[in-house]
Amino acid sequence: MSYFAGIDVGSLSSDAAIIGQDGDLKGWSVTETGPHSTNAAEAALDAALDMAGLTRDDLAFVVATGYGRAAVPLAGKKITEISCHALGAYALFPDVGTVIDIGGQDSKVIRLGEGGKVADFVMNDKCAAGTGRFLEVMAAKLGVGLDDLGRLSLAAQGEVSISSVCTVFAESEVVSLVAKNHPIDQVIKGLHRSVVNRVAAMTGNIGITPRVIMSGGVAKNAGVVALMAERLGVDIAVPQEPQIVGALGAALMAVRAAL
Amino acid sequence: MSLSAKARLQFMKDLGLPAMLRLAKATKGKRAPRAANPDFGPPLKCAARLKEIMTRHYYLSRFAPGARPVAWVTSGAPVELLRALDFYTIYPENHGALCGAQKMGPELCAAAEEQGYSSDLCSYARVDLGHFFSGKTPAGQLPKPDLLFCSNNICQTVVYWYKVLAHRLGIPLVLFDTPFNYGEITEANIAYMKEQILEMIPVLEKTAGKAFDMQRFMRLAELSKSTSQLWGQCLETMRARPAPMTIFDAFVHLAPVVSLRGLPVARDYYEILLAELTERVGQGIGAITNEKKRLMWDNIAVWYKVRDFAELFAARGMNFVAATYTNAWAETIQHLDMSRPWESLAKTYSLVILNNNLKHRLGLMEKMVREYSVDGLVVHSARSCKPYSLGQYDLKSLLSRRLGIPAVVIEADITDYRFFSEEQALTRLEAFFEALEAA
Repeated sequence: MSYFAGIDVGSLSSDAAIIGQDGDLKGWSVTETGPHSTNAAEAALDAALDMAGLTRDDLAFVVATGYGRAAVPLAGKKITEISCHALGAYALFPDVGTVIDIGGQDSKVIRLGEGGKVADFVMNDKCAAGTGRFLEVMAAKLGVGLDDLGRLSLAAQGEVSISSVCTVFAESEVVSLVAKNHPIDQVIKGLHRSVVNRVAAMTGNIGITPRVIMSGGVAKNAGVVALMAERLGVDIAVPQEPQIVGALGAALMAVRAAL
Repeated sequence: MSLSAKARLQFMKDLGLPAMLRLAKATKGKRAPRAANPDFGPPLKCAARLKEIMTRHYYLSRFAPGARPVAWVTSGAPVELLRALDFYTIYPENHGALCGAQKMGPELCAAAEEQGYSSDLCSYARVDLGHFFSGKTPAGQLPKPDLLFCSNNICQTVVYWYKVLAHRLGIPLVLFDTPFNYGEITEANIAYMKEQILEMIPVLEKTAGKAFDMQRFMRLAELSKSTSQLWGQCLETMRARPAPMTIFDAFVHLAPVVSLRGLPVARDYYEILLAELTERVGQGIGAITNEKKRLMWDNIAVWYKVRDFAELFAARGMNFVAATYTNAWAETIQHLDMSRPWESLAKTYSLVILNNNLKHRLGLMEKMVREYSVDGLVVHSARSCKPYSLGQYDLKSLLSRRLGIPAVVIEADITDYRFFSEEQALTRLEAFFEALEAA
């Protein structure tokens, strides 16, 4: 039996997925990228192999994706995260029409064509607004854990509006809002709204085709997902492990590449 | 105009510069040639002639003041009027492209920003003002103008940019105001533009110190027309498979039709270029060795990335065979008709792509996709050029859906690479390549 691996080296996390020839997920991992992409890719791969009870020798083909894809020497092929996210989402939800991926340093909206192919896509411009990094910076400033943002925002009895789009200026805006005794959960909801508005504006460029899937680290934030569904007026499905969609797509690409 | 200045310009033109160019050629021969990139076909032979023409043009310009009236001109202005009065013309936009290609954009832009100009302002304007304030230029030295000649058929920014120059230099600014074409061009608009031409001639005459000769104007306008038509024919050779040149070559070979239009040297050059391209088509010589996919480009070039992009695409077997930008200097010239000189000049210059509505642009791009057998579209959203970048997402969606071709938008700037994020642009382009290869 041969196995296939996909490694997604992003700006914040490096994720890996191991699958069998039939596409069955055998193991996966989500690790921090840190300063060295090559090491991060290998650590993510080894962690996923551990879970699958396999070794590198069991792998027939490896595909790398994400910003650090060029720095993965053990990958036989490098494919962009746009194609990989589309294929990964298609494998998990065969009726997917649109993928909204909000990662560490970029957000993208992908419209799918037949067979999980990319029909069109749009990415954020050269700015961290509307990305995971934006929420990470704000969580740190507020002294709140990244994993707690969703819960707090869903419980908020109101919302404080954030006017700055820029991450750096929004940070000082948040400080002044907290100093004026605005409840933190309402500030968090406002921050989520700002991310959602930014990404929703991008969807306008290519249109939304149901079914809509959200992937990437920010999809784990239920507060953002709820506001996004409200803003777009559609139901949004989130995979069990939204951070490994790109890696899963890369592993499926590895199966194709080995054929 | 002084006699000694005239004599000096003539001497440099006939003897000084040719001697210098010979010397440069002799010393250059000793350098090892750059290793040929196997992704490209043989280079265009006339590229050496192009370089010589542009070097001469910029070098001799420093001897023009005093010998001939000097004007700084926007790329879309009806320069034929100036040709008839013997103006030596400098195109700040062409100079901006040159600075961009030499990677001097950020340095010159910063010089303008130091004087208070916003970094949101067009970088051609900032490069030009930066050059004006600092004197820095890869061309050695540009002549101070006696007059500024500007048309807002390409944008409104040029009006304010040239007003700054006019104010600082205390010289006349002649503006050709072209009403935006929302649908069909009206007789009232044509009459309005004709009246402006008639009003500006005495101003031009005063600076030139001579009378406007109608016969000479008509002769030079015809020369300008045939130059643009030849340029159009050069571009049309790219309909062939494989295309004999890439749009990245065309970005460079565009220089004479932009800045020397209406002079014999430009017309003669395109005759040589057309002959070479036609010969290449006949022999099946392509600009790239393995032309698998044919692409179209929208918007101004990313001047500091022309070579890198050319190599990136050629390595994938992708050739740009058409661009709305290069097409713009051939698109409207058929309107020029010396039986109605002023009306037709107004039409030629006011119907250019950036002064025309988006429906026109959509139709034009659709036609080009068909005529040039285009497989994919790359849209450059240029931070500097708002009129060109407005509506691009809609154009892209409409074209990609109507014609079923993949399309991608990359965000960059024409010269100021501080606003270009290479990694993000490359990821978008690679995803586009994957979609194109899967199509």
